Parts: sequence; C-alpha cells; structure tokens
Amino acid sequence: MIETKIKPQPEKLEAVVIRFVGDSGDGMQLTGTQFTDTSAMFGNDIATFPNYPSEIRAPQGSLYGVSGFQVHIGSVEVSTPGDSVDLLVAMNPAALKTNLYALKPGHTLIVDTESFNKKNLEKAEYTTNPLEDGSLENYKVIEVDMTSLTKTALKDVAGLDTKTISRSKNMFSLGMIYWMYNRSTDYTIDFFNKKFKAKPSLIEANTKVLMAGYYFAETLELIPNSYTISPAKMPAGTYRIIMGNTATAWGFLAAAEKSGLELFLGSYPITPATDILHELAKHKHFGVKAFQAEDEIAGVTSAIGAAFAGDLAITTTSGPGLALKGEAIGLAIMTELPLVVVDVQRGGPSTGLPTKTEQSDLLQAMYGRNGESPVIVIAASTPANCFNFAYEAARIALEHMTPVILLTDGYIANGSAPWKIKTVAEMPPIKNNKITEVKENWHPYDRDENTLARNWAIPGTPGLEHRIGGLEKDAVTGNISYEPMNHEKMTAIRAEKIERVKFNIPDLETEFAQEGDLLIIGWGGTYGSLHSAVKQMNEQGHKNIGYAHFNYINPMPKNTEEVLSRFKKILVCELNSGQFASLLKIKFSQFEFLQFNKVQGLPFANEDLIQQFKSLV
Amino acid sequence: METTVEKKYTAKDFTSDQEVRWCPGCDDYVILRTMQKILPEMGVAREDVVFVSGIGCSSRFPYYLNTYGIHSIHGRAPGIASGIKLANPNLSVWIATGDGDAMAIGGNHFIHVLRRNIDLNILLFNNEIYGLTKGQFSPTSLIGQKTKSSPYGNTQPPFSPGELALGAQARFFARIGGGSPKEMGQIFIEAQQFKGTSLIEILQNCVIFNDGCFNHLTDKDVKEDKQIYLEHGKPMIFGKNRDKGLVLNGLKLEVVTIGENGITQEDLLVHNAKEQDPTLHYMLVRMEYPLATGVIRSFDDVTLEEREDELTAQVKANSSFTKTDDLFFSGETYEVK
Repeated sequence: MIETKIKPQPEKLEAVVIRFVGDSGDGMQLTGTQFTDTSAMFGNDIATFPNYPSEIRAPQGSLYGVSGFQVHIGSVEVSTPGDSVDLLVAMNPAALKTNLYALKPGHTLIVDTESFNKKNLEKAEYTTNPLEDGSLENYKVIEVDMTSLTKTALKDVAGLDTKTISRSKNMFSLGMIYWMYNRSTDYTIDFFNKKFKAKPSLIEANTKVLMAGYYFAETLELIPNSYTISPAKMPAGTYRIIMGNTATAWGFLAAAEKSGLELFLGSYPITPATDILHELAKHKHFGVKAFQAEDEIAGVTSAIGAAFAGDLAITTTSGPGLALKGEAIGLAIMTELPLVVVDVQRGGPSTGLPTKTEQSDLLQAMYGRNGESPVIVIAASTPANCFNFAYEAARIALEHMTPVILLTDGYIANGSAPWKIKTVAEMPPIKNNKITEVKENWHPYDRDENTLARNWAIPGTPGLEHRIGGLEKDAVTGNISYEPMNHEKMTAIRAEKIERVKFNIPDLETEFAQEGDLLIIGWGGTYGSLHSAVKQMNEQGHKNIGYAHFNYINPMPKNTEEVLSRFKKILVCELNSGQFASLLKIKFSQFEFLQFNKVQGLPFANEDLIQQFKSLV
Repeated sequence: METTVEKKYTAKDFTSDQEVRWCPGCDDYVILRTMQKILPEMGVAREDVVFVSGIGCSSRFPYYLNTYGIHSIHGRAPGIASGIKLANPNLSVWIATGDGDAMAIGGNHFIHVLRRNIDLNILLFNNEIYGLTKGQFSPTSLIGQKTKSSPYGNTQPPFSPGELALGAQARFFARIGGGSPKEMGQIFIEAQQFKGTSLIEILQNCVIFNDGCFNHLTDKDVKEDKQIYLEHGKPMIFGKNRDKGLVLNGLKLEVVTIGENGITQEDLLVHNAKEQDPTLHYMLVRMEYPLATGVIRSFDDVTLEEREDELTAQVKANSSFTKTDDLFFSGETYEVK
C-alpha cells in the first residue's frame, strides 16, 4: 500500500518533549540517543535524561523493569529534559502504566498493540486492557502492531533468529518518529553501517525496519500531520552532544594537559559515577593512569599517593563512596596535597536510590570528616559545564594545595546536551606549587603568603627529602607537634587557606532582575529547571524576580552578601531538605531564607516551581 | 624501573633529625638500624626512596629515615604506596606495617597489593599484639593468649602472614627474627632487587605487651636448632651441629638427621625460591619445627607496571590522538553558523 503522497505541510513547533519507554531489553536508550543525535545534527538545542532501573535485566514486562529515555528538542534554548511529555512511545503495558502520568492530555501516545496481551497486562497489574476500556480517551492513541510489522519487514532477510527480529522493533518506532518530526534517517543508517560492519545481515535488518516504520508513518492516515522543529539559535562554533560524566572526564584530561602533569585516577565502580572511570580508562594514549582499586578507600588513597608523587590526582565516586573516603580526605587535608574528589550524587541515605538524582550529599561534602577539616566544594550545573567544573576543581586543587570536592548528580551526569567544544588553548592557565630548588632552612610547610598554599616537593627531587603524615604538624617545620597553641594555629591556617580561595573564583552572577522582590537561589544540577522556570515567569511579566545560581559552595563568592541584599525575599530551591539553605543561614543570619525542597529522587517539575514562585510575588 | 646510582652514602645520610620514640629494648630499633645501615648499599639515590606507613608502632618508621615518606592512616599504606609507584616507577617504595595494620584493618589492601605485584617492598613487623593501642589481641595472636581485650584468653584463630600472602599470589616472601640483623639486611637487599611486591615478615618482640613471645624460636642459644635459614640453591640444613635437614616424605616435610638411617646431605631437599609452583613454599611457611626463615619464595613474574607500560605503548602506537583537542573534535561533531 506504499504510494507516493504529497507530504502534508509540517506544523511548526518551538520545542517538543518525547519519551521512549519499554522493557529494559527493548533498546529504548539506543532509540533515544539516535533521535537525539539526529536532531542535534539538524541544529536543535537538546536536553536528555535516561531513566533506567537498577536491575540490569529485570523480568520481562514487569513494572520495575521499565527503562526510558526522554529528549527535549527545541528551536529555542532548551535547558531541561522537560517534565511533561508531548509524545509518549510505550512498547508494553508496564511502560504505559508507569509513564502515562507524564503525557500532556490531548497529546500523542504510540503503543505496540502486540505487547498488550493477557500476560503482559497482568504483569503490569491492569485488570482491563487500557486500549479497550476507554481509559485513554483523553489522548491521541496510535495503535501499531509493531511486532508483526517488524516480522513482515524482515521475512526476506536471511540468517535472523526470532530474538533479533523482536529486538528490532524499537527501530520501527524510531522510523515513525523520524517521519513525524521531519528528520532524515541518514544518520541512523550510517550508524548501522559502522556498528554492524562485521554483520551485514544486521545492517540490512535494522535499516529495513527503520524505513518500514518511516514509510508506515507516512502512509498511515492515523497520523494526521507532521511536525517540524527548526534549528535553534546557538552561538556559532563546533558542537558535539556530550553526557555529563564524559564532560567531567574530559575536563580532567584538559586540566592535565594544560598543567603539564600526568593524570591519575583511583576509583572503584559505583552508580552513577562509573562512566567517568570507563571514559578515563580509554585514554591511555594520553598517558592517563586509570587505576581500578579494590575498594573506595584504596581508590582515594592511591590518588593521595599519586598526588604526593606529583601527578594530577583524582578519585570518583557517589555518596556511599564519599562516606568511605572521609578519613583519607582528612589525610589529604592534613598533608595539604592537591586532590580532586568527584561525588556524582544519588538518592540516599545508605544504598538509597542508586539510579535516581538528589542533592543530599552537600553537607557530607562540607563536614563529613573527623575534626575541623575544611575543603573546597564546587558543583557543576549542566551536563556540558561538568567539563568546566572538573577543570576548575583541578585548577583550584593544584593552585591551593588542597582537596576539592566536585559535586555533580545523576541527573546531569547521565543527561546529555550540546557542548560547544573548548580547545585546551582557550582554557585558563593552571599554576602549581612544585619546587625543585634547595634553599637554606627549607621546610615542607613553607607557604605562599597570598594563598597560604604549601610548597610541593616531589619524591625524586634531591635535597628536599621530607616526611608528612596525618599527625598534627608544627606550623614552621612540619614535624609532628602536640603543642596546644600550634594545633589551634594550624586549625586556623587550614580554614583561612580555604577561605582565601574566594579571591581566585568569579563573583556570583544574577540573571533576570538584578534587584527586586524575589531572588531565586539554586546550586548544582538544578540550573536547567530553575533557569527555565524563572525565565518563564519573566516572560509572563514578573520582571521583579532574579535568579542566582551557585557553583562555588565553599567558599562562596565574595559578593554573595551584596547580591542577597538586593532582594526583598529569598527562596532557596534544592533537591534535599534544605542543606544549602542551612549553610546560608549560618553565614548570613541577617537575611530570611525561604525554602522550596523536593526529595523524591526526581528533578524539579516546572509547574511546581512556577506555582511556588507565583505564591511569593 | 628504578635506576641505580653510584653515590656514596653512609647510615647517617639516611637518619632523620627526629628523636626515636619507641620503648627501650623494642626490636623496632634493630629493624631501623639495619635499614639505615643497609640503604647506602642498595645503589638507590636517597631522593628516590619513599617510606609509607599506616598506623601503629611500626608505622612511625618513616619519620626516622631521611628519605621521602608518608605516615598515613590505619591500614591504607598499600593504597598510598601503589599510587606513588604508579605515578613514578623510578622510585624505590617501602611500606612499614604491623600485624594489625596489614591484616586486620588493612587486610583487603594487603591481599590486593600482593595479587597485583607492583614493585613495592613491605616490612611486616609481626609482634602478635596491638602495641600502640596498648595491648589488645591482633589477627596473629594465638588462641588462648591473654591480652587486655581477651582477659580470659583469645578465642579467634590467628592468620599466618606467609600462608595468607601465598594465598594472595605473593611472589616474594621472606621471614626473619628481630634478633638477626645480619640476615635481615641481606633480605632487605634481595627485596629491593626483586621486581614485584616483596613481603618480609619480621618476628618483632614487643617488650611491653607480649614480651618473649618468640624467645623459644629466636633466642641465641636455641635459634640454630629451632630455625632453618633458607638460601636459594642450598640444601635445607639446620642445627647447631649442621646435622639436621629436611626431606619430603609423601606430602609432608620431615626432619632427618644426617648420618642416621643412612641419610647423607645428598638426600636433603635443595631450596628453590624461584619455583613458580608455591606448593613447597607453602609447606615451608606452615612448618612449625623448624621455623623457616630467610627468603622462602622469590618467583620472578611480570609486574603490574610492566603490563601497564606495555599496554600504554601499544595504545599510543595505534592511536591517532596526541592531544586532547584531537579527541574533542573527533567523531560526531557539527557546526552551528
């Protein structure tokens, strides 16, 4: 029945949110990334978020085995993966049941009818078939028997087993979406050609199914019109789509090259941080030493050893791992060695919600060690700027001879977005405190008078042999000291050293209103949600709302107090019960800080933010 | 790889200005003096030597040596030392640790560092007690041993460090009594020359909390009868009169007397420390009479650094990336105009 038709005039949209959901074995992540990459090539702005279960292969058809991928594409600036969905593709009843809440009423739902059989309906705890009982009448439901259409499309391809055939149906749905959003199938076909180079039958099969879906959508009268999303206006340059964890890894690569140091990573696998280890393990060609240790503690201690020996040393983890590393971070504070600790936050406490996002490790990063043990804490706020803040963490650690904790979270670490590629040449310079010259009366704890950073004498340097360790140090000689006044002095020096970093970081910026009735405050990975909500308020005429987002938590930017004083009300929004608000309350007790908190393992929803903001102006 | 140098040092060059704070009469003094005396003979530049320790009496060791050093946290010296060696393979890296530090709180790191075979040297001061925390039983304390935390006798069976080490793939294991500085120095040199992780168990007397626990093995008058000092390539002979030896009887080692039952020196086992198969080394490690000392196992194997270097060279040779910019602009990129 395929015939040439005059293509209907595409409807113009500014942005659209699409969610692909199915069994964890259905290939939804691949479907989503293919659509994302194709749209990026087309010039759209993009934000994505994968959502997958902790179980690698949960029982087929089960509610907890549902895996999803959400992509937000726009001809305008897009800063979050979106909360409500314009198009939902559900490959089975469990996927429909767990995701229908997100679909906007009146919007389109595509389902694979074949999967809505008795067995799958029972597994999804449906007593009646939602395709038949009228419960979906508020949506435009497109019922497609993808399973048998896929089988038909592949009946002439030799050498395919049943499993391969049924696994290809995700490409049928992708083909349909390509047609609906006026996208070319070229990029994906090119991808098949590369990926299945050794298996030509798989190239043929996937291409056939993709095109079958594409033509099916074209000829199907159930799809009344097609949508188009024009390219977004973005600064000129060369871009790529990057995931937050990859950007973090690349930030360290750039910092190592810029500083002229070798990069050492000591790490132990933990969700959702492991992709940084995976990425750095690939780059032996740059001399990266990615050491998978026996546990979290050996991950950080090997990095401390590498720092003592002169490398740019990092360790990567998530909340439970940060807890295990606490004592060793204290050692790095005491020995004043440069060290970067990355915590990709997830839901806690204990094992908590490993695959979900949260900002609840902030106070652990600040205080989770014995004794008074201040560290630098900084936080990335988008998938792409994980690059900048990884670089920044390395710069500060090396320039100030201190551990730096870099906080990201599952949301930005697994999310992807366009990244305007930075060359190493355009990154700021990185100094370090290495010394090689032997001077009269030299001591390992001699300090730079401005930063208070101690000098860095590396083993192998003749004449600078010295011992450091976890016992309190004499302020002058660096030898062990139990002297009461010396301990108090050293405690003050360690605190002052961290405080002075504020002269080496940028001021806090305010977006939208520079003064006025309400200041929205956020930190870390919530930038996208908060920024777009404040922007929306401004567009609706609320010009009295400003927005300040913190990437530097400890120390805070030196103009923080001045920014706070320009607004009548201050609302601190964070994905925990108010940890950053508590820091602000301690530091700036003259202001009142209102709070908006969410601890559900999920990002902020736009509507909730707007409602909250409106109630305050 | 560590480079050798021709510099002339004396023990004084390796002695730091810090006052040594161990209890008078502690075997730790013997170990320290032996190390200070032997370091000049190792052919390693002073600036290339690093001592790493955890927590415990033994872990004060680095402070007293004028080399680079880190006194770290309890049990974690293997992690720190591994990072140092991987960052700069040219360094000669030593760990000073005790039975509690290595096998209780640091047990996980201890077995994994041995498994990996990084070129490090571990001095294990075994005194079968916790000294610094004042007298609790350790993972090598004997059943029934009365300590501050086992006033009615210890109920936890002990580890034998050598057994644990061989089980963890140790390529080099030596054992020596605290009162044998000459042999100890020789073992230190062999450990330094060995490429891979070397573990030296030192039977170290704690004069305060476990005094005399090794006397029946290490006292001058019984030492030669109760210990067999093994040397690679030499027959397994011991005893004041050099008339005792070891033979293999079925699956067991047996002590025999030369001249009795027609036994001659030719019948004795010859020590092969370099054998890959650890079976006989394991039997020697477990043997109670005589106690095996000296270098029991010294099997030459590929080190982790060698494997890493080879892989890195291969990857570099096959990669088109020389700078990070090459990576950043590789693959799927697109232009926005």
